[in-house]
Amino acid sequence: MKKKLLALLLLTGLLSAALTGCGGGSEEQASGDGQTADGSAGARAQTNEIVVGIAQDLDESLDPHLAVAAGTKEVMFNVFEGLVKPTPDGDLIPAVADHYEISEDQTTYTFTLREGVTFHNGDPVEMQDVVYSIERCADDSEGTPLIPALSAISSINSDAATLTITLDQPDSEFLSYLTLAILPEDYPDQATAPVGTGPFRFVSRTAQDSIVLERFDDYWGTPAQLDKVTFRIIENADSLVMSLQSGAIDMFAHLTTTQASQLGDDFQILEGTMNLVQALYLNNTAEPFNNEKVRQALCCAVDKQQIIDLAFDGYGSPIGSSMYPAFQKYFVEDLTDYYSYDPERARELLAEAGYPDGFSMTITVPSNYQPHIDTATVLVEQLRAVGITAEIQLVDWGAWVSDVYTNRQFQSTVIGVDASNMTARALLERFTSTADDNFINYQNADYDALFQQAQATADDAEQTELYKQMERNLTEHAANVYIQDLADLVALRSGLDGYQFYPIYVMDLSTVHYTA
Amino acid sequence: MKYAARRIVMLLVTMVIVSLLAFAAFDLISGSPAEIMLGTQATPERVAELEAQLGLDRPFPVRYAAWLAGFFTGDLGTSYSYSQPVWELVAPKVGVTLCLSLLSFALIAVVSIPLGLWASRRSGGPLDAAGTVIDQFLMAVPPFFTGILLSWVFSITLHWFVHGQFPDLAAEPAGALQYLFFAAVAIAIPRIAMTVRMLRSTIQGEMRKDYVRTAISRGNDRAGVLRHHVLRNALVPVVTFLAQTMAEIVAAGVVVEQVFAIPGLGRLLVASISNRDYPVVQAIVVILAFWVVLAGAAADIANQRIDPRLRLGGAS
Amino acid sequence: MKRRAMNGYLLAGLVLSGFMAALILLGLVWTPYDPDALMTGAKLEGPTLAHLLGTDSFGRDIFSRVLRGAGTTFLIALSTVAVGAVCGTAAGAVTGYFGGVLDEALMRLCDALTAFPSILLALVLISILGPGNKYNVVIALGMVFIPSFARVTRTAFAALRDVNYVKSARLMGASSGRILVRQILPNTMQVLLPAMTIGFNNAVLAEASMSYLGIGVTPPDASLGYMLSEAQGMLASAPWYALGTGGAIVLLIFGVGLIGEGLQRRGGEVA
Repeated sequence: MKKKLLALLLLTGLLSAALTGCGGGSEEQASGDGQTADGSAGARAQTNEIVVGIAQDLDESLDPHLAVAAGTKEVMFNVFEGLVKPTPDGDLIPAVADHYEISEDQTTYTFTLREGVTFHNGDPVEMQDVVYSIERCADDSEGTPLIPALSAISSINSDAATLTITLDQPDSEFLSYLTLAILPEDYPDQATAPVGTGPFRFVSRTAQDSIVLERFDDYWGTPAQLDKVTFRIIENADSLVMSLQSGAIDMFAHLTTTQASQLGDDFQILEGTMNLVQALYLNNTAEPFNNEKVRQALCCAVDKQQIIDLAFDGYGSPIGSSMYPAFQKYFVEDLTDYYSYDPERARELLAEAGYPDGFSMTITVPSNYQPHIDTATVLVEQLRAVGITAEIQLVDWGAWVSDVYTNRQFQSTVIGVDASNMTARALLERFTSTADDNFINYQNADYDALFQQAQATADDAEQTELYKQMERNLTEHAANVYIQDLADLVALRSGLDGYQFYPIYVMDLSTVHYTA
Repeated sequence: MKYAARRIVMLLVTMVIVSLLAFAAFDLISGSPAEIMLGTQATPERVAELEAQLGLDRPFPVRYAAWLAGFFTGDLGTSYSYSQPVWELVAPKVGVTLCLSLLSFALIAVVSIPLGLWASRRSGGPLDAAGTVIDQFLMAVPPFFTGILLSWVFSITLHWFVHGQFPDLAAEPAGALQYLFFAAVAIAIPRIAMTVRMLRSTIQGEMRKDYVRTAISRGNDRAGVLRHHVLRNALVPVVTFLAQTMAEIVAAGVVVEQVFAIPGLGRLLVASISNRDYPVVQAIVVILAFWVVLAGAAADIANQRIDPRLRLGGAS
Repeated sequence: MKRRAMNGYLLAGLVLSGFMAALILLGLVWTPYDPDALMTGAKLEGPTLAHLLGTDSFGRDIFSRVLRGAGTTFLIALSTVAVGAVCGTAAGAVTGYFGGVLDEALMRLCDALTAFPSILLALVLISILGPGNKYNVVIALGMVFIPSFARVTRTAFAALRDVNYVKSARLMGASSGRILVRQILPNTMQVLLPAMTIGFNNAVLAEASMSYLGIGVTPPDASLGYMLSEAQGMLASAPWYALGTGGAIVLLIFGVGLIGEGLQRRGGEVA
């Protein structure tokens, strides 16, 4: 027994020695680099890599044609390219295509393939890969094609170097859809080990932990400046700030202002726009939101500016329809104040609709998006002021996608809807009656007709006007309670530079670099 | 030997029940996995086709047997959300979680036994009362709260570890253990308090027993009696208690992994629960339960070495 | 002398828990501010006389929210213990008193259930019942606690079924139900009460942990666990937020823990 006791005591001693050892070691390290926090970040500067925090795991197919979540596309933007690709200014420039020509009547597009473009697996990009990628997205044999706009294609002709796409009718927006990723034909593992042509190549994905990308050395264009980017998943918004402060991550996009204010001098905060239509989206077929007056009452009851002031310290641009200001061409400014904040009017409308005493409703919010939770928190209080009892239901991202977005089993939700490419259509088509992604079940014959007309016209000015009328339609019928385009606060560790904002929801890391 | 054999048989029986419960629970509620996987593209024909492909049209016992066999062949089905084999998702995280729980267990055992012995010397009096109050207080601090405070002090302020940057367990075992150590402390503190309290009360109870009084009245010194007679008897309930501790350690670990952003089974479990990724939940639940049952059996066998009376099957 | 010292824990625990209970009761009828009202003061204001625990990032009064949150946590823990104790005692009484195959089967089931760590089991039940609903939390946690109560009472009932006064009651023709409730149940309180205090504390911890993970109580219900997870992100600029909410959890458990200690010591001396 004596021996056992002795052994125990020895063990305890060892443990405490190990502890002080650990501590001592770190202190040495600390004195060497100033701080360990800078130490780990400093080590990454040496190897020219960074760690980027993201709020959402890429827990779906990584196949760019099948991925749904904006969070997935945002990251995979670095891996894939189409025939053309967007620039930070909102233009489209050739990527896998070397150049292109559009016929006068805007029905024939001719692309010349760029020479020397290779996939990340080393294979050269051949015409058959391009045709395969486009046809895959246009295939309507199983219902709606992956990209509905591609159903306008009447024929695709190709030889080894040129591709000719002919459309049924002119479509000034068609080019935007050719940002669709070019993938190698006959590659079976696209969903788990994607291969594209972008400046970074996919290395690995560890569930609930990280996604690793590395610079693709055989990239045809300006190579990425960083050697390696690790996206670390931090779903718990609360441990995010700690991870930034501790030095575990170097960059995080989409911070809240509260989070940003916690960070000290180690970080620069860049401000851009998120390019999302943030709204209280209402299920237009669910009681009581199938009543237009109720929806209008909600619009009057919500004070957008107060939301922006309270939850976002004044950062953010109020909006009034499914369009954000970065799309200057289509943005209709006067819709923003179509419903001015007027609780009295809201109560009247509710009474007219048959709810003089208000009602109870549920706002479903994905738990990993703090900005939406904060917005919903203020909304609940604003709605309470007009007699509506709103309850926030936090759900995980996966549950949100399946319940709200896919199965449409919800009353209302706060979310930001992005544009998959730089067209008005990308934002507006989803509210046509039969659209697959019309998750709010908006049914309006006028709206559908306007959309048909907009697609039919070849005249750009006329089309723009029609899109604006569609926006007005959404506002007048109060399809949703539009709130704002969020400010995008990006924390970037001091010593890093070159981050560029885009007018769509992507995170381009190819230009980020260390300054020293 | 006979006892150990019997204990192992019991262990296997418990494992079968545990896995059966987990399998049946999810089998009943989850609806058709084929429907979930297909989402909006689910048509009756496609569902039937996929079900046949996944083997879901087989009778329950066959599916259960196939699934259980999967734990040995590494085939635990496919995750709904990651469309990746469950085993691939889970395997790299098992080590991290087991390390964390073992480290916590070691801390509890190594700290609480000497501390308990030391504390038991003072029976009654203000020091004893103060000890009890401190015990109760430490038991009241939730591990995740301790975790938040620990990461604040040791990561953000002192920079002893980098919160959110867990080193790879295989590549950098020392760094990983150092990181895990702080999480283990958060888990261990309330359990240490409980163990100390328990050890103290059993020792004090034992000291009041006749045989001890007799031994002391015969002139043996107190410390000698404590070492030779009391400790052996007092350790039995403590080891039993420590064995049950593994369940609580694993439970606390699920939460504390979240606090420290440790990429273990806990984080994947929580995410999979909200994602309704049932194959992953099922696998993790059973792995953790097996681990707990295994630890319990190991402790029982160890206990029986200390106290042969247990061989008869009943501690009186 | 010794006896009084033993009751010191009980007294201290009762005083502390009484204080907390009074605060919680107060919180049900009155809080300094509406717990959900925005901008009752500046954002992230430190503790002042007007805001005893400061304000959060929406300018809500943290003290009011802690009062309300503690109430939610307290009610959930209480309901959980009630569910667990009633069902567990019933199961334990029947199996302990009658024994036999049913007893054996139920106890094996209990064994298997205790192999699942409590929170793990609760999480699984929540995933089946649906997350983010406080009633589901009560049901899930209540079910998780049934086996431990069943075990404790089974032992007591099994031990008491052959004592003389029970035997004589049986000889006098009292029904089994009457014997279980009138004769044996009161005598099991000695083990049941401390078990309930432990159960209560485990329930508070489990509820807080689950809400921290975002699977328990979610907004707009104020819950200490969820608030603590919010507070973690503001530790740098508003440490009082984390300390206030964390402190409330600790005090709640500490008080009941002391009561349990006192009860056990008193029980130990009586026996």
